[in-house]
Amino acid sequence: MNKRSRRKLLILAVVFGMTIATVLGLTAFEENLLYFYSPTQVKAGEAPDSHSFRVGGLVVAGSVKRSPDSLKVVFDVTDNAESMTIEYTGILPDLFREGQGIVAMGKLQDDGRFVAQEVLAKHDENYMPPEVADALEKGGHVNKQKAMEGSKP
Amino acid sequence: MFKAIWRWIQRFSSPKYFYEMSARLIPWFAVSALIIGVYGLYLGLFKAPPDYQQGESYRIIFIHVPAAWMSLFVYMVMAISAGIGIIWQIRLADMVAAASAPIGASFAFLALVTGSLWGKPMWGTYWVWDARLTSELILLFLYFGYMALQSAIEDQRSADRASGLLAIVGVVNIPIIHYSVEWWNTLHQGATVAKFDKPSMHIDMLIPLLLMALAFKLFYFAMVLVRTRNEALYRDRNRRWVRELITGL
Repeated sequence: MNKRSRRKLLILAVVFGMTIATVLGLTAFEENLLYFYSPTQVKAGEAPDSHSFRVGGLVVAGSVKRSPDSLKVVFDVTDNAESMTIEYTGILPDLFREGQGIVAMGKLQDDGRFVAQEVLAKHDENYMPPEVADALEKGGHVNKQKAMEGSKP
Repeated sequence: MFKAIWRWIQRFSSPKYFYEMSARLIPWFAVSALIIGVYGLYLGLFKAPPDYQQGESYRIIFIHVPAAWMSLFVYMVMAISAGIGIIWQIRLADMVAAASAPIGASFAFLALVTGSLWGKPMWGTYWVWDARLTSELILLFLYFGYMALQSAIEDQRSADRASGLLAIVGVVNIPIIHYSVEWWNTLHQGATVAKFDKPSMHIDMLIPLLLMALAFKLFYFAMVLVRTRNEALYRDRNRRWVRELITGL
Protein backbone atom coordinates (compact mmCIF):
# COMPACT_ATOMS: atom_id res chain seq x y z
CA MET A 1 0.00 0.00 0.00
CA ASN A 2 1.52 3.29 -0.98
CA LYS A 3 1.53 6.47 1.02
CA ARG A 4 -1.31 8.19 -0.71
CA SER A 5 -3.80 5.38 -0.46
CA ARG A 6 -2.85 4.92 3.17
CA ARG A 7 -3.64 8.56 3.78
CA LYS A 8 -6.94 8.22 1.97
CA LEU A 9 -7.78 5.24 4.13
CA LEU A 10 -6.95 7.21 7.25
CA ILE A 11 -9.19 10.08 6.23
CA LEU A 12 -11.98 7.66 5.40
CA ALA A 13 -11.54 6.05 8.80
CA VAL A 14 -11.75 9.43 10.53
CA VAL A 15 -14.86 10.43 8.60
CA PHE A 16 -16.41 7.04 9.25
CA GLY A 17 -15.62 7.30 12.95
CA MET A 18 -17.11 10.77 13.18
CA THR A 19 -20.26 9.63 11.42
CA ILE A 20 -20.66 6.72 13.81
CA ALA A 21 -20.10 9.00 16.79
CA THR A 22 -22.69 11.48 15.58
CA VAL A 23 -25.24 8.79 14.77
CA LEU A 24 -24.72 7.15 18.15
CA GLY A 25 -25.03 10.50 19.84
CA LEU A 26 -28.21 11.42 18.03
CA THR A 27 -29.71 8.02 18.72
CA ALA A 28 -28.90 8.47 22.37
CA PHE A 29 -30.60 11.86 22.18
CA GLU A 30 -33.76 10.43 20.78
CA GLU A 31 -34.18 7.42 22.98
CA ASN A 32 -32.47 8.40 26.10
CA LEU A 33 -32.75 12.10 26.68
CA LEU A 34 -33.39 11.44 30.29
CA TYR A 35 -36.83 11.95 29.22
CA PHE A 36 -39.07 11.18 32.13
CA TYR A 37 -42.74 10.63 32.81
CA SER A 38 -44.62 12.46 35.51
CA PRO A 39 -46.72 10.54 38.05
CA THR A 40 -49.84 11.93 36.34
CA GLN A 41 -48.84 10.33 33.07
CA VAL A 42 -48.03 7.05 34.77
CA LYS A 43 -51.44 7.06 36.45
CA ALA A 44 -53.05 7.76 33.10
CA GLY A 45 -51.32 4.70 31.67
CA GLU A 46 -49.09 6.58 29.25
CA ALA A 47 -45.90 4.98 30.55
CA PRO A 48 -44.73 1.69 29.02
CA ASP A 49 -45.45 -1.35 31.16
CA SER A 50 -43.22 -3.80 29.33
CA HIS A 51 -39.87 -2.07 29.69
CA SER A 52 -38.09 0.33 31.98
CA PHE A 53 -38.73 4.03 31.96
CA ARG A 54 -38.00 7.05 34.09
CA VAL A 55 -40.27 8.82 36.51
CA GLY A 56 -39.53 12.35 37.62
CA GLY A 57 -41.07 14.19 40.52
CA LEU A 58 -40.61 15.73 43.91
CA VAL A 59 -40.13 13.53 46.95
CA VAL A 60 -43.23 13.90 49.13
CA ALA A 61 -42.46 15.23 52.61
CA GLY A 62 -42.88 12.58 55.29
CA SER A 63 -43.17 9.71 52.81
CA VAL A 64 -39.60 8.38 53.00
CA LYS A 65 -39.44 5.05 54.86
CA ARG A 66 -36.08 3.34 55.23
CA SER A 67 -35.81 -0.32 56.07
CA PRO A 68 -33.93 -0.80 59.35
CA ASP A 69 -31.83 -3.79 58.21
CA SER A 70 -31.22 -3.16 54.50
CA LEU A 71 -30.70 -0.37 51.98
CA LYS A 72 -34.30 -0.53 50.89
CA VAL A 73 -36.14 2.78 50.75
CA VAL A 74 -39.76 3.43 49.93
CA PHE A 75 -40.95 6.92 49.12
CA ASP A 76 -43.59 8.81 47.16
CA VAL A 77 -42.97 11.26 44.36
CA THR A 78 -45.41 13.85 43.18
CA ASP A 79 -45.84 16.35 40.38
CA ASN A 80 -48.23 18.26 42.65
CA ALA A 81 -51.20 16.64 40.91
CA GLU A 82 -50.71 12.90 41.32
CA SER A 83 -48.24 10.92 43.35
CA MET A 84 -46.87 7.41 43.17
CA THR A 85 -44.78 5.11 45.33
CA ILE A 86 -41.24 4.13 44.42
CA GLU A 87 -39.18 1.32 45.90
CA TYR A 88 -35.43 1.42 45.67
CA THR A 89 -32.60 -0.63 47.14
CA GLY A 90 -29.23 1.03 47.10
CA ILE A 91 -27.35 4.15 47.99
CA LEU A 92 -29.20 7.39 47.39
CA PRO A 93 -27.42 10.50 46.13
CA ASP A 94 -26.50 13.17 48.67
CA LEU A 95 -29.11 15.51 47.37
CA PHE A 96 -31.94 13.05 47.96
CA ARG A 97 -34.25 14.60 50.51
CA GLU A 98 -37.86 15.45 51.02
CA GLY A 99 -39.06 18.07 48.57
CA GLN A 100 -36.13 17.38 46.21
CA GLY A 101 -36.63 16.71 42.52
CA ILE A 102 -35.53 13.20 41.58
CA VAL A 103 -35.53 11.02 38.50
CA ALA A 104 -35.97 7.28 39.06
CA MET A 105 -35.30 4.66 36.41
CA GLY A 106 -37.15 1.39 36.82
CA LYS A 107 -40.12 -0.76 35.96
CA LEU A 108 -43.73 -0.74 36.89
CA GLN A 109 -44.72 -4.01 38.59
CA ASP A 110 -48.02 -5.75 38.04
CA ASP A 111 -49.25 -4.69 41.44
CA GLY A 112 -48.65 -1.02 40.62
CA ARG A 113 -45.42 -0.58 42.56
CA PHE A 114 -42.59 1.15 40.75
CA VAL A 115 -39.29 -0.60 41.48
CA ALA A 116 -36.32 1.59 40.64
CA GLN A 117 -32.84 0.39 39.73
CA GLU A 118 -31.44 3.88 39.83
CA VAL A 119 -32.39 7.07 41.59
CA LEU A 120 -30.81 10.34 40.48
CA ALA A 121 -31.24 13.67 42.17
CA LYS A 122 -31.86 16.76 40.13
CA HIS A 123 -30.86 20.13 41.43
CA ASP A 124 -31.69 23.59 40.19
CA GLU A 125 -29.51 26.33 38.82
CA ASN A 126 -29.68 28.42 41.99
CA TYR A 127 -26.66 28.75 44.19
CA MET A 128 -26.90 30.60 47.48
CA PRO A 129 -25.78 30.37 51.08
CA PRO A 130 -28.12 28.43 53.43
CA GLU A 131 -29.07 31.61 55.31
CA VAL A 132 -30.35 33.20 52.12
CA ALA A 133 -32.31 30.07 51.26
CA ASP A 134 -33.87 30.10 54.74
CA ALA A 135 -34.76 33.74 54.40
CA LEU A 136 -36.33 33.14 50.99
CA GLU A 137 -38.31 30.22 52.30
CA LYS A 138 -39.62 32.30 55.21
CA GLY A 139 -40.57 34.98 52.74
CA GLY A 140 -42.65 32.44 50.88
CA HIS A 141 -40.41 32.03 47.86
CA VAL A 142 -40.11 28.29 47.89
CA ASN A 143 -37.66 27.51 45.14
CA LYS A 144 -37.19 23.85 45.78
CA GLN A 145 -39.64 22.93 43.11
CA LYS A 146 -37.78 24.83 40.47
CA ALA A 147 -35.70 21.79 39.70
CA MET A 148 -38.61 20.07 38.03
CA GLU A 149 -39.91 23.14 36.31
CA GLY A 150 -40.24 22.96 32.58
CA SER A 151 -40.19 19.21 32.75
CA LYS A 152 -42.29 18.14 29.86
CA PRO A 153 -43.15 14.56 29.13
CA MET B 1 -8.78 52.11 0.14
CA PHE B 2 -9.70 48.44 0.16
CA LYS B 3 -6.30 47.57 -1.19
CA ALA B 4 -4.60 49.52 1.58
CA ILE B 5 -6.56 47.63 4.25
CA TRP B 6 -5.74 44.36 2.57
CA ARG B 7 -2.04 45.18 2.53
CA TRP B 8 -2.23 46.22 6.15
CA ILE B 9 -3.89 42.91 7.08
CA GLN B 10 -1.30 40.95 5.19
CA ARG B 11 1.52 42.78 6.88
CA PHE B 12 0.13 42.21 10.36
CA SER B 13 -0.80 38.62 9.69
CA SER B 14 2.59 37.61 8.42
CA PRO B 15 3.98 34.87 10.64
CA LYS B 16 7.24 36.78 11.01
CA TYR B 17 5.53 39.91 12.31
CA PHE B 18 3.30 37.82 14.57
CA TYR B 19 6.30 35.98 15.96
CA GLU B 20 7.92 39.23 17.02
CA MET B 21 4.77 40.85 18.43
CA SER B 22 3.46 37.87 20.35
CA ALA B 23 6.65 37.54 22.41
CA ARG B 24 5.77 40.81 24.06
CA LEU B 25 2.13 39.89 24.76
CA ILE B 26 2.56 36.43 26.27
CA PRO B 27 4.01 37.48 29.66
CA TRP B 28 1.14 39.91 30.22
CA PHE B 29 -1.51 37.30 29.55
CA ALA B 30 0.27 34.60 31.53
CA VAL B 31 0.97 36.71 34.61
CA SER B 32 -2.51 38.23 34.75
CA ALA B 33 -4.07 34.76 34.29
CA LEU B 34 -1.99 33.47 37.19
CA ILE B 35 -2.80 36.38 39.52
CA ILE B 36 -6.52 36.46 38.74
CA GLY B 37 -6.71 32.66 38.82
CA VAL B 38 -5.06 32.36 42.24
CA TYR B 39 -7.22 35.16 43.65
CA GLY B 40 -10.39 33.70 42.12
CA LEU B 41 -9.62 30.24 43.47
CA TYR B 42 -8.89 31.68 46.90
CA LEU B 43 -12.22 33.53 46.92
CA GLY B 44 -14.04 30.50 45.54
CA LEU B 45 -12.56 27.87 47.83
CA PHE B 46 -12.19 29.83 51.05
CA LYS B 47 -14.37 32.93 50.98
CA ALA B 48 -17.52 31.95 49.11
CA PRO B 49 -20.30 30.63 51.34
CA PRO B 50 -21.40 26.97 51.08
CA ASP B 51 -24.46 26.25 48.96
CA TYR B 52 -27.87 25.73 50.55
CA GLN B 53 -28.33 22.37 48.83
CA GLN B 54 -24.93 21.08 47.89
CA GLY B 55 -22.86 22.33 50.81
CA GLU B 56 -19.17 22.47 49.99
CA SER B 57 -19.31 20.15 46.99
CA TYR B 58 -20.54 22.84 44.65
CA ARG B 59 -17.11 24.51 44.75
CA ILE B 60 -15.99 22.42 41.79
CA ILE B 61 -18.15 24.86 39.80
CA PHE B 62 -15.22 27.30 39.85
CA ILE B 63 -13.30 24.94 37.56
CA HIS B 64 -16.15 23.15 35.81
CA VAL B 65 -18.09 26.11 34.47
CA PRO B 66 -15.10 28.19 33.23
CA ALA B 67 -13.71 25.07 31.53
CA ALA B 68 -17.05 24.39 29.84
CA TRP B 69 -17.40 28.01 28.71
CA MET B 70 -13.88 27.99 27.33
CA SER B 71 -14.47 24.74 25.46
CA LEU B 72 -17.22 26.57 23.52
CA PHE B 73 -15.28 29.81 23.16
CA VAL B 74 -12.13 28.10 21.86
CA TYR B 75 -14.20 26.12 19.39
CA MET B 76 -15.66 29.33 17.97
CA VAL B 77 -12.18 30.86 17.73
CA MET B 78 -10.97 27.71 15.98
CA ALA B 79 -13.88 27.56 13.52
CA ILE B 80 -13.76 31.27 12.69
CA SER B 81 -10.01 31.29 12.13
CA ALA B 82 -10.26 28.11 10.06
CA GLY B 83 -12.93 29.86 7.98
CA ILE B 84 -10.73 32.93 7.53
CA GLY B 85 -7.88 30.62 6.55
CA ILE B 86 -9.96 28.84 3.94
CA ILE B 87 -11.63 31.90 2.46
CA TRP B 88 -8.87 34.51 2.50
CA GLN B 89 -5.90 32.17 2.58
CA ILE B 90 -4.37 33.88 5.58
CA ARG B 91 -1.80 31.43 6.85
CA LEU B 92 -1.71 32.88 10.35
CA ALA B 93 -5.44 32.11 10.75
CA ASP B 94 -4.84 28.44 9.92
CA MET B 95 -2.04 28.39 12.46
CA VAL B 96 -4.30 29.88 15.15
CA ALA B 97 -6.95 27.25 14.41
CA ALA B 98 -4.46 24.40 14.56
CA ALA B 99 -2.93 25.81 17.74
CA SER B 100 -6.34 26.17 19.41
CA ALA B 101 -7.61 22.62 18.90
CA PRO B 102 -5.60 20.81 21.63
CA ILE B 103 -6.29 23.63 24.10
CA GLY B 104 -10.01 23.49 23.41
CA ALA B 105 -9.98 19.71 23.65
CA SER B 106 -8.31 20.00 27.06
CA PHE B 107 -10.98 22.42 28.24
CA ALA B 108 -13.76 20.13 27.01
CA PHE B 109 -12.09 17.15 28.68
CA LEU B 110 -11.67 19.09 31.92
CA ALA B 111 -15.33 20.13 31.83
CA LEU B 112 -16.43 16.52 31.30
CA VAL B 113 -14.19 15.11 34.04
CA THR B 114 -15.06 17.73 36.65
CA GLY B 115 -18.73 17.41 35.74
CA SER B 116 -18.53 13.67 36.14
CA LEU B 117 -16.85 13.99 39.54
CA TRP B 118 -19.51 16.47 40.56
CA GLY B 119 -22.34 14.32 39.24
CA LYS B 120 -21.48 11.29 41.34
CA PRO B 121 -22.13 12.80 44.78
CA MET B 122 -24.91 15.18 43.68
CA TRP B 123 -26.95 13.35 41.07
CA GLY B 124 -25.82 9.89 42.06
CA THR B 125 -24.11 8.98 38.79
CA TYR B 126 -20.89 9.75 36.95
CA TRP B 127 -22.56 9.86 33.59
CA VAL B 128 -25.98 10.05 32.00
CA TRP B 129 -26.75 10.31 28.31
CA ASP B 130 -28.64 13.52 28.69
CA ALA B 131 -28.53 16.16 26.00
CA ARG B 132 -26.06 18.49 27.71
CA LEU B 133 -23.51 15.81 28.54
CA THR B 134 -23.80 14.07 25.19
CA SER B 135 -23.43 17.25 23.15
CA GLU B 136 -20.36 18.26 25.17
CA LEU B 137 -18.88 14.82 24.52
CA ILE B 138 -19.50 15.33 20.80
CA LEU B 139 -17.64 18.64 21.08
CA LEU B 140 -14.63 16.74 22.44
CA PHE B 141 -14.89 14.31 19.51
CA LEU B 142 -15.02 17.24 17.08
CA TYR B 143 -11.77 18.54 18.53
CA PHE B 144 -10.26 15.07 18.20
CA GLY B 145 -11.50 14.82 14.61
CA TYR B 146 -9.91 18.16 13.78
CA MET B 147 -6.60 17.11 15.32
CA ALA B 148 -6.68 13.72 13.61
CA LEU B 149 -7.30 15.30 10.21
CA GLN B 150 -4.52 17.81 10.79
CA SER B 151 -1.97 15.11 11.47
CA ALA B 152 -3.27 12.57 8.94
CA ILE B 153 -2.86 14.77 5.87
CA GLU B 154 0.71 15.57 5.05
CA ASP B 155 0.16 18.47 2.70
CA GLN B 156 -0.41 21.39 5.04
CA ARG B 157 -2.82 23.26 2.81
CA SER B 158 -5.14 20.32 2.24
CA ALA B 159 -4.89 19.46 5.92
CA ASP B 160 -6.02 22.97 6.83
CA ARG B 161 -8.84 22.84 4.32
CA ALA B 162 -10.18 19.45 5.39
CA SER B 163 -9.91 20.01 9.12
CA GLY B 164 -11.17 23.57 8.75
CA LEU B 165 -14.30 22.32 7.01
CA LEU B 166 -14.88 19.86 9.82
CA ALA B 167 -14.48 22.66 12.35
CA ILE B 168 -16.99 24.83 10.49
CA VAL B 169 -19.54 22.02 10.13
CA GLY B 170 -19.17 21.30 13.85
CA VAL B 171 -20.31 24.81 14.77
CA VAL B 172 -23.84 23.36 14.57
CA ASN B 173 -23.10 21.68 17.86
CA ILE B 174 -22.40 24.92 19.74
CA PRO B 175 -26.00 26.20 20.04
CA ILE B 176 -27.10 22.62 20.72
CA ILE B 177 -24.81 22.49 23.75
CA HIS B 178 -25.91 25.89 24.93
CA TYR B 179 -29.65 25.35 24.60
CA SER B 180 -29.71 21.61 25.37
CA VAL B 181 -30.88 22.29 28.92
CA GLU B 182 -33.84 24.25 27.58
CA TRP B 183 -34.78 22.19 24.56
CA TRP B 184 -34.72 18.83 26.28
CA ASN B 185 -35.51 17.40 29.63
CA THR B 186 -32.02 17.05 30.98
CA LEU B 187 -30.66 15.94 34.31
CA HIS B 188 -28.24 18.82 34.02
CA GLN B 189 -29.81 21.95 35.46
CA GLY B 190 -30.45 25.12 33.48
CA ALA B 191 -28.04 27.99 32.99
CA THR B 192 -27.05 29.85 36.14
CA VAL B 193 -25.44 32.80 34.42
CA ALA B 194 -27.44 33.84 31.39
CA LYS B 195 -26.83 36.86 29.26
CA PHE B 196 -30.08 38.72 29.64
CA ASP B 197 -31.09 37.42 33.02
CA LYS B 198 -30.09 38.13 36.54
CA PRO B 199 -27.71 35.30 37.49
CA SER B 200 -29.35 32.86 39.88
CA MET B 201 -26.31 32.82 42.07
CA HIS B 202 -25.33 34.66 45.20
CA ILE B 203 -22.96 37.55 44.51
CA ASP B 204 -20.21 36.11 46.74
CA MET B 205 -20.19 32.97 44.58
CA LEU B 206 -20.66 34.80 41.31
CA ILE B 207 -17.58 37.04 41.67
CA PRO B 208 -15.08 34.17 42.04
CA LEU B 209 -16.81 32.33 39.19
CA LEU B 210 -16.45 35.30 36.85
CA LEU B 211 -12.85 35.86 38.00
CA MET B 212 -12.04 32.23 37.22
CA ALA B 213 -13.69 32.57 33.82
CA LEU B 214 -11.52 35.61 33.11
CA ALA B 215 -8.40 33.78 34.30
CA PHE B 216 -9.19 30.82 32.03
CA LYS B 217 -9.64 33.17 29.09
CA LEU B 218 -6.33 34.94 29.72
CA PHE B 219 -4.65 31.57 30.14
CA TYR B 220 -6.03 30.53 26.76
CA PHE B 221 -4.73 33.70 25.12
CA ALA B 222 -1.26 33.05 26.52
CA MET B 223 -1.37 29.40 25.46
CA VAL B 224 -2.68 30.04 21.98
CA LEU B 225 0.04 32.62 21.36
CA VAL B 226 2.76 30.21 22.52
CA ARG B 227 1.35 27.40 20.40
CA THR B 228 0.80 29.57 17.34
CA ARG B 229 4.44 30.70 17.58
CA ASN B 230 5.54 27.07 17.55
CA GLU B 231 3.21 26.36 14.66
CA ALA B 232 4.66 29.33 12.73
CA LEU B 233 8.22 28.19 13.34
CA TYR B 234 7.41 24.65 12.28
CA ARG B 235 5.42 25.50 9.16
CA ASP B 236 7.90 28.12 8.02
CA ARG B 237 10.94 26.07 8.89
CA ASN B 238 12.23 26.35 5.32
CA ARG B 239 11.54 30.03 4.96
CA ARG B 240 14.11 32.70 5.30
CA TRP B 241 12.82 34.46 8.40
CA VAL B 242 13.00 31.28 10.48
CA ARG B 243 16.45 30.43 9.18
CA GLU B 244 17.63 33.92 9.98
CA LEU B 245 16.11 33.65 13.42
CA ILE B 246 17.90 30.40 14.13
CA THR B 247 21.27 31.27 12.71
CA GLY B 248 21.01 34.69 14.31
CA LEU B 249 21.67 36.56 11.11
